[in-house]
Amino acid sequence: MVLALAGRPALAEDTIKIGYIEALSGPFASAGDEALKIFGYVLEKINAQGGALGKKFELVPFDDKLQPAEALIALKTITDQNMPFVMQCTGSNVGAALVDAVAKHNARNPDNRVLYLNCGALATELTNEKCDFWQFRFIGNVEMRAVARVKALPKDVTKVYLLNPDYLFGQSVQHDTRKWLEKLRPDVQIVGDELIPFGKVQDFSSYIAKIRASGAQSVITGNYNRDLNLLIKAAVDAGLDVRFDTYLAQVLGGATSIGSAGENRLSTVSEFNSNVPVELNKPEAEAFVTGWRANHDTEFGFLPWLTMFQMLTKAINQAGSTDALKVALALEGMKATDLVGFPVEMRAEDHQLLMPYYAVTFTKNVKYDAEKTGLGWKIDFIASTEDLTLPTTCKMKRPTS
Amino acid sequence: MQIVLISLLNGLVYGMLLFMLASGLTLIFSMMGVLNFAHASIYMVGAYLAYQISQVLGFFPALIIAPLVCGLIGVAIEVWGLRRVHHNGHIAELLFTIGLVFIIQRLVQMTWGMLPMAYRVPPLLDFPLFTIYGANFAAYRGFMLLVSAGMLLCTWVLLKKTRIGLIIQASLTHPSMVGALGHNVPVVFTTVFAGGCLLAGLAGVIGGNYQTTEPGMADGMGPIVFVVVVFGGLGSLAGCFIASIIMGMIQTFAVVIDYSIADLLAPVGLALHGDTLLTEVLTVPVSRIGGLLPFVMMVLILFFRPRGLLGTRDT
Repeated sequence: MVLALAGRPALAEDTIKIGYIEALSGPFASAGDEALKIFGYVLEKINAQGGALGKKFELVPFDDKLQPAEALIALKTITDQNMPFVMQCTGSNVGAALVDAVAKHNARNPDNRVLYLNCGALATELTNEKCDFWQFRFIGNVEMRAVARVKALPKDVTKVYLLNPDYLFGQSVQHDTRKWLEKLRPDVQIVGDELIPFGKVQDFSSYIAKIRASGAQSVITGNYNRDLNLLIKAAVDAGLDVRFDTYLAQVLGGATSIGSAGENRLSTVSEFNSNVPVELNKPEAEAFVTGWRANHDTEFGFLPWLTMFQMLTKAINQAGSTDALKVALALEGMKATDLVGFPVEMRAEDHQLLMPYYAVTFTKNVKYDAEKTGLGWKIDFIASTEDLTLPTTCKMKRPTS
Repeated sequence: MQIVLISLLNGLVYGMLLFMLASGLTLIFSMMGVLNFAHASIYMVGAYLAYQISQVLGFFPALIIAPLVCGLIGVAIEVWGLRRVHHNGHIAELLFTIGLVFIIQRLVQMTWGMLPMAYRVPPLLDFPLFTIYGANFAAYRGFMLLVSAGMLLCTWVLLKKTRIGLIIQASLTHPSMVGALGHNVPVVFTTVFAGGCLLAGLAGVIGGNYQTTEPGMADGMGPIVFVVVVFGGLGSLAGCFIASIIMGMIQTFAVVIDYSIADLLAPVGLALHGDTLLTEVLTVPVSRIGGLLPFVMMVLILFFRPRGLLGTRDT
């Protein structure tokens, strides 16, 4: 069932409605819940500055339970209510289904088109083989993260062990990490490469024994949440001294459950964290972060979501309407600067946001800790927007009118 | 050799944890005929309670108090819940416990939120116990072994050497006869149910910081515990014990086996080439499908020996 805020009385004020499809129940509900809070904070700021065309943005949440079929039902409701935008932030399988469905809908209903704002479906192919004119991705894809990950790998690390979850995301992490290790770090030897069942392993100590036997200095892993936490715990228990170079350790709850076990050995690639404005000396951005921290125990990690609404506002104002085609044309090729002043660009070729990534380490030596653990994320390396401007294979079909 | 020894130890630790959970379930299942779906939920409650109590009183009081509270929860469930739906038959009881799973899950989420808890191993036990081939064996794992072995001993003495145990054993196989002899079977049921929940709670206390205390932990343990109960056989604690250890070993050893079925066929002269579905299936290394093996074994045992390893009745 669709969990729209259906019973709510119509607002007197005219708003720009965005149908927001997210996993709001089931095992990933905690992340969905948190995303809603972050968007609440972002929109509070954007709307305080006047919104777009004098109207405020309004999110209308729908629960997809991380199921593509549920997401498509929600999309139907969104288009039935003539909302001009649909947004979705979790799950590449859901993202892929939406790209397809939105393209079909727009072809059949040229007078009621909808724009898909992808804020978190990370699979690289969504802006490559499967790219589509009606999708704009406002977050780095797996390959961009892989480049940042490989570039940030310390020079003295020459033996790595790849350990990834066995589903679409993990396999693409495995593939892209291998590819960029070969290109950028030919001196690095991959001493182990394994896929593990996602969320099923109860005890990682056998993996730890294998990693020890392989002589690896670093474990590069796309595991997150429970799997990553149990992996690091098992390593600490067994006294194995390796680095954990991860892709997603910063996700909600990661800091709490890993705790001091990850100190100085856990690193990740992230869009942002509370200490970025401190280290780059941007007081205005720091005020934005402290505004969030005043009411929340969690990190503000998703800077691109703010950037997304800044760019969307600009595009709507430029287009003079919320018409999907006009807004899409205004967004294409749009250049902007993010909160800390780095350049970003919505590439016209594939609708992928080109943006910087931060490789960070979990340490005590920071101004702001994560999730009240006493440890926080410190920047090791910044992969610039230029570093992460990778070639795309996208051959986009453009609408004729 | 190093990997074999380490996997053996870790398989034993995990197997004993499974046994602690499964023994309670198998007692309840054998005696009352109810497959208690909420058993793993009680395990979760035990972990959360232990976290909460250890924040105030420390880990060791939590080790005693949390399982007792879980036992009381068990009494409440049996007396006010199961007993009322009992006369509607086993299906009603089954559905009741399934409903409980959702209610407990939701209550836990509402009380503690959806994020993992920072429930950690107590500092007193946070050191390497010994080192084999350069790998540490954590003291906490040793402690887990100790607790589960102690529990095994207590249960064994209780069931085999006391009068209560005698009645429980009789009720396992001939519940109506025990009732006819004048024993208060409902009270025996309540005792067993509470005892099962107490054991699940204890497993939660020591499993919560060995794994992660989060709302999904019941979903992770639930299915595997059922596999153990079915595999071990109804009405048999010994079967349950053997099944637990086997499952623990399988899960830890499967990880370190890098061979696939295709490798097994290679020496016989059967080499696989091409990109067919068959090749794909046969070349998957065992380590990648390790998590599936317990379920495969359950299906096999249901085919060839439906009563389980040491079971006395058909499931």
